[in-house]
Amino acid sequence: MKDYLILRVISKLLIPVIMLFGLYTQMHGDYGPGGGFQAGVIFASAFVLYTLVFDPETAMRVLGWRTLLLLVPIGVLIFALTGVASLILGGNFLEYGVFGHGEHGLAHGNHIGILAIEFGVGITVASVVVTIFYAFAQRR
Amino acid sequence: MAPYLDIVLLSLLVVMAIAILRMRNLVAVVMFSSLYSLVMAGLWVRLDAVDVAFTEAAVGAGITTVLLLAALVLIGTREKKPIHNPWLPLLVVTITGAALIHGTVDTPLFGDINAPAQQHVAPYYLERTPHDTGVPNVVTAVLASYRGYDTLGEVTVIFTAGIGVLLLIGRLPRWRRRKRP
Repeated sequence: MKDYLILRVISKLLIPVIMLFGLYTQMHGDYGPGGGFQAGVIFASAFVLYTLVFDPETAMRVLGWRTLLLLVPIGVLIFALTGVASLILGGNFLEYGVFGHGEHGLAHGNHIGILAIEFGVGITVASVVVTIFYAFAQRR
Repeated sequence: MAPYLDIVLLSLLVVMAIAILRMRNLVAVVMFSSLYSLVMAGLWVRLDAVDVAFTEAAVGAGITTVLLLAALVLIGTREKKPIHNPWLPLLVVTITGAALIHGTVDTPLFGDINAPAQQHVAPYYLERTPHDTGVPNVVTAVLASYRGYDTLGEVTVIFTAGIGVLLLIGRLPRWRRRKRP
């Protein structure tokens, strides 16, 4: 689709906005609607748009297979290791209260824990979606 | 105003479902199912399930459409004429549909305070979330704090699905370092 000038210009304008919105959704999950799952999909859709408008080879130079396939398990690991970290700090598995301290320690710890696991969820979801899309794009 | 909006959205869903059934061009079918998801997302907002609406719009209307279109590139865009007799499937669908409609007769009304869904664990979560976690969005608190194990399981499912698709249709890259020009 390299010849479609309007598509190229508009998607170049849109992609940063989509990514920014993905990051907003990622960080904002504990205050409003959103979270890792939605953010991951939104973030991945920016890459899918890029791959559709430019070709897969160009997209793979931005985010190659090597990085992508590393990110897939890293997300799950971040989630699981957050649980292990809470075990080490003396709580139960995935008990986030232990991450905080002081007067509002419980809420503070929960915010840290939820941010960490949502980050893991977001990484895995985004990279799996892009992986599946790349796998399809390569078959053509 | 609000009931009319529901009626419009629900009738749109029915119209689109029938259109999807009748069409033979699979690209149009994919587009209509994407629209179906979008209208469904609107209905979730009407039901105050914004988190679900968000997911429906992003996954159902967005990524699923792209993946289905990518699959169509591989398998072609015309649906083949069905070779089997339509009567048995029609009978099964009719009986199932009748059973489901019969089931809705006893369903509690939307927002009914005495509904089992409002009586069981929901009050516990609504009461305890500010004290237990200090997280304003109860949905996230349930998802990440109370049911953290489940969410870890879900992420593992997504991880496994990604690996599965890659093994089935992906051409894995060779792990050799390419020479830079």
